Amino acid sequence: MAGLELLSDQGYRVDGRRAGELRKIQARMGVFAQADGSAYIEQGNTKALAVVYGPHEIRGSRARALPDRALVNCQYSSATFSTGERKRRPHGDRKSCEMGLQLRQTFEAAILTQLHPRSQIDIYVQVLQADGGTYAACVNAATLAVLDAGIPMRDFVCACSAGFVDGTALADLSHVEEAAGGPQLALALLPASGQIALLEMDARLHEDHLERVLEAAAQAARDVHTLLDRVVRQHRAELRGGHRLVLGAGFPAADPAHLHVGERHGLHHGGGAVCGRRPCPGFCPGLRRPPQEVGGSASGLA
Amino acid sequence: MAMEMRLPVARKPLSERLGRDTKKHLVVPGDTITTDTGFMRGHGTYMGEEKLIASVAGSVERVNKLICVKALKTRYIGEVGDIVVGRITEVQQKRWKVETNSRLDSVLLLSSMNLPGGELRRRSAEDELAMRGFLQEGDLISAEVQAVFSDGAVSLHTRSLKYGKLGQGVLVQVSPSLVKRQKTHFHDLPCGASVILGNNGFIWIYPTPEHKEEEAGGFIANLEVISRLRNCIISLVTQRMMLYDTSILYCYEASLPHQIKDILKPEIMEEIVMETRQRLLEQEG
Repeated sequence: MAGLELLSDQGYRVDGRRAGELRKIQARMGVFAQADGSAYIEQGNTKALAVVYGPHEIRGSRARALPDRALVNCQYSSATFSTGERKRRPHGDRKSCEMGLQLRQTFEAAILTQLHPRSQIDIYVQVLQADGGTYAACVNAATLAVLDAGIPMRDFVCACSAGFVDGTALADLSHVEEAAGGPQLALALLPASGQIALLEMDARLHEDHLERVLEAAAQAARDVHTLLDRVVRQHRAELRGGHRLVLGAGFPAADPAHLHVGERHGLHHGGGAVCGRRPCPGFCPGLRRPPQEVGGSASGLA
Repeated sequence: MAMEMRLPVARKPLSERLGRDTKKHLVVPGDTITTDTGFMRGHGTYMGEEKLIASVAGSVERVNKLICVKALKTRYIGEVGDIVVGRITEVQQKRWKVETNSRLDSVLLLSSMNLPGGELRRRSAEDELAMRGFLQEGDLISAEVQAVFSDGAVSLHTRSLKYGKLGQGVLVQVSPSLVKRQKTHFHDLPCGASVILGNNGFIWIYPTPEHKEEEAGGFIANLEVISRLRNCIISLVTQRMMLYDTSILYCYEASLPHQIKDILKPEIMEEIVMETRQRLLEQEG
């Protein structure tokens, strides 16, 4: 469109946002019961779905198994109805492969793969509607899905795109802003430590401006982290609420003195479970005294 | 024939329905658990820059000096003595590979399997060649965990008459964290079916053997009982209730007034599970 200004004189963008403002983000975890982990995210009009299977035994060629690490396999797919014009995208095409490779690099940096030697983790991402920032939405959805699957990660991976118009850095670009042709940068960040998992840009940007654009993207990624953190806690609280009540109810002759937490009984007891051994010896063999819960010493929204 | 269609409806969060407030200490990856270096780090944590940081999203548990974070949903982690139900995926040279919903496929060694007739001898080359005659790809077995390897892979054995290949029945796959640890995992329910609650989340429902003698051809006559049990288990799992013989039985009895196919409808599922919960609370307190 001729004469479309991406940033007005008052500092408003095409959709009414400010320069550093993110689009509305809504996310849900655990959307599929049959997968190990799944998540759905909407960033403005960009919608992405991520599904994680694993860790599991390597299927197909046994030779690909790494003896000391897990293999991370990412696949990206874009629905035919995701863009303005319906376009059939075959699975092995260049853009999908490149995106899959970028996702793999991002998640290999974040997932603690040394804990699962000889196994494979599959991450499948599908974009249902693409309105700019598809890489960022994919990474955010995949992070939630990996968390849902219980796979250990160093930290969240939060991603956001950024651009540069009229001397101002813009965060979270929409399709209109991307199509305008200015420089765009995609950043995937590990917020707690500030480490960059992936930084990608394929346009020309003067090095003087790089610092500002990078800072805008990093700040936006940290804002995304705040939102995702809230989503995870809410999801956990929902599930935990149901789980806890049931464990207290199902045990005949439940004695509060026997309520304890311990890793010894593995994951078949939730927190605060009663030992299922009958007859209960009155203490957990291997523990000297009932352990206490840890007081609040963690950072983040509690 | 009538057909029923439903529009999608937002799920009600469980805590709303139960009205329970939880005070568990929830952490997400990247959260610092403690800066005190006196603690040992357990599962779900890693050490970074003098701090103990969580690596999964879950609740922090502390046992004396050991801190670990337990994720709500993980794959099955084998422990010695667990009963598991698994499916054969591969027949290798002296062992079978069994899929048990864990991080790596489990292993069933030829030497850990009982020979027909109960003879005790060294397995020979003929036994190796006859392996496929015992168990093929796709067969379901029940077994016990003998040992756990260092990388987490589990070694199984079927050195008892109660373990072995499973015949006619229905398999239900649930999350391993919902199967309660009990003294025995083989239950004969009074309704005419038996159930094996595998610790790995695989639940096998089959007709009780006495009933099976009467039929010829191996077809299940009381398929209704088995279908009803299956739907009851699925409804318990959807409401995140622990699975054990009493809860399954109570749920079965609570579902009797309804038709089998209605049990999976959300409102009826809630009603049945609510009644089950009530009965369990009454029985306990």
